[in-house]
Amino acid sequence: MSYSETRTLFEKIWSRHEILTRDDGVSLLSIDRHLCHEGSFHAFDKLKMQNKTVRCPELTVAIADHYVSTSFPEKGNEVEALKVPIKKLEINSKDAGIRLYGVGSKEQGIVHVVGPEQGLTIPGITLVCGDSHTATHGAFGCLAFGIGASEVAHVLATQTLWQTKPKTMRININGSLSDGVVAKDIILHLISVIGANGASGHMIEYAGSTIRNLSMEGRMTICNMSIEAGGRAGMVEPDQKTFEYLKGRKHSPKLKDWDLAIKDWKTLATEPGAIFDKEVTVDAGEIAPSLTWGNSPEETLPVTGYIPSPEDEADISKRETLEGTLEYMGLTPGQKLTDIAIDRVFIGSCTNSRIEDLRSAARIAQGKKALVPAIIVPGSTLIKKQAEAEGLDKLFMDAGFEWRSTGCSMCVGMNGDITPPGERCASTSNRNFKGRQGPGSRTHLMSPAMAAAAAITGRVTDARDFS
Amino acid sequence: MNKFTKLRGVAAPLNMINIDTDKLIPKQFLKTIKRTGLGKHLFNEMRFNEDGSEKQDFVLNKSAYREASIIVAGDNFGCGSSREHAPWALLDFGIKCVISTSFADIFYNNCFKNGILPIVVNKQQLDQLMDDAENGANAVLDVDLEAQEIIRPSGEKVTFEIDEFRKHCLINGLDDIGLTMEKEENIDNFEKRRAAEQPWV
Repeated sequence: MSYSETRTLFEKIWSRHEILTRDDGVSLLSIDRHLCHEGSFHAFDKLKMQNKTVRCPELTVAIADHYVSTSFPEKGNEVEALKVPIKKLEINSKDAGIRLYGVGSKEQGIVHVVGPEQGLTIPGITLVCGDSHTATHGAFGCLAFGIGASEVAHVLATQTLWQTKPKTMRININGSLSDGVVAKDIILHLISVIGANGASGHMIEYAGSTIRNLSMEGRMTICNMSIEAGGRAGMVEPDQKTFEYLKGRKHSPKLKDWDLAIKDWKTLATEPGAIFDKEVTVDAGEIAPSLTWGNSPEETLPVTGYIPSPEDEADISKRETLEGTLEYMGLTPGQKLTDIAIDRVFIGSCTNSRIEDLRSAARIAQGKKALVPAIIVPGSTLIKKQAEAEGLDKLFMDAGFEWRSTGCSMCVGMNGDITPPGERCASTSNRNFKGRQGPGSRTHLMSPAMAAAAAITGRVTDARDFS
Repeated sequence: MNKFTKLRGVAAPLNMINIDTDKLIPKQFLKTIKRTGLGKHLFNEMRFNEDGSEKQDFVLNKSAYREASIIVAGDNFGCGSSREHAPWALLDFGIKCVISTSFADIFYNNCFKNGILPIVVNKQQLDQLMDDAENGANAVLDVDLEAQEIIRPSGEKVTFEIDEFRKHCLINGLDDIGLTMEKEENIDNFEKRRAAEQPWV
């Protein structure tokens, strides 16, 4: 298949990175970019224990995001224990000769926001990071996936990874989106359709007119949550929008290399007639502004929906899981989603913290007052500056929102920003697992506009009511 | 890495789907600079009350399952974050094998790097093994990686599939960085060719 005339974007990238393939079909893949965050210290320790060095420091970039405080960014973090991983990243990258975008640097931000922003993420490459949301970068038509600490050590030492070729799945989304429906609604809806493991073992390509019409920011939001459907990676074929986004960025190819790159990138798209192991087709017109109500991203409903009842669930293990979910979330069967009271709001994360996301939330917040605590955490220092240049910081602060510095913040809840036990958070992040935003926290995932609307009303709100 | 050949142990039933890595080990325990000692935080929110006391009804707190070395769980085990602390915590607690109908890809890979065997079975087999596991300390399962078999308390065998190379590495406790560096010449040649063909990368 991989050498047939009609290949997919994925197959083209895969085959150009295969160093060798073992008899059992597992390939040794060459890795073009490796992004490290603070969690990488286990991998660096492993390397030291084995007396090994970093093979390609020039292809590795270290970025501080998970542990960085959004309130005290200049100190890294106000909590001593949380400074340790940040410091370790600085030491490890310095020792290995790895470029560091650490605390205080003007390029610092969330690793999956910074990669594209700095032109480190380009079409046709392989990119890995010890973080499951690495799929974000696939929006640029590259093969990007998350790995564990042992694999991070393997990449540091060898600049390669052993990988079994995944199956391919194309998700076609065609047609116009209804008013008020954005990329976040698309991906939440998709996960509810195919399930939290619907793409397990598969590489997803998102295709169709709706995807083509999305901005790069929107495509990143969609690829970002591929892992929430079980897909290791998600990708979109590179097009003119991709090239325009990348042109002139700090690490993007320059001059003659840029021309060569563009010529090559235009050959990457999936060819007509290429065969995928699985195809899913969704009509964009069917997608409504959506949010999650449970503890798995597949537990998504349109904002006009109602909490489901365990009695309607035939499968016993699913029924028991649902009962546990409703108890944890403090919800009752048949409850109207828009009747759910919200205690706080988080707008940020590698899913939704880019300038387009902040503008969309700002359109809702403008001239209003937040009823509940709400924080806005830009995805990078550059985005923060741009938003401030547009006056968004002032607009949000006038509306009672807190304007923070960049970092993973309340998405991962390991830097000081958490949702207290029993509180309910309207969040633009990617995971609504039990305890994800702090022990006992209750998370509802939604778009930036919906989260901003929830801040204004203090309950789940259809953002379309604000237009 | 410890070798995995045969395992005889108590299997604990966790009849839930989508057990994510935040459930396995919440983020407040990730900042530890060691891989060991995480077992006491395994399944933290499900296992302990806020005051630190044990939740009586959680399976691993029941006397029959305190020494469990196998977990039998519902679909999509290990979904979510790529944190390798999840297999580290399992291992530190004493869990060396997880049986489910499906695993999230990253977690599945991480298990093999740490000497844990994740076994995929079909729904019918899972239901049988879940029933076995419900029998408490009597629920001893034998797992034979070489033969690719789980032997139920009844003596009935459940066979499973596993990638040959991964099996080889588990049985011999091999670390793959060393194995990969045996291919260094291939890597060098590949990198030179790529640099010439795609100088912009």
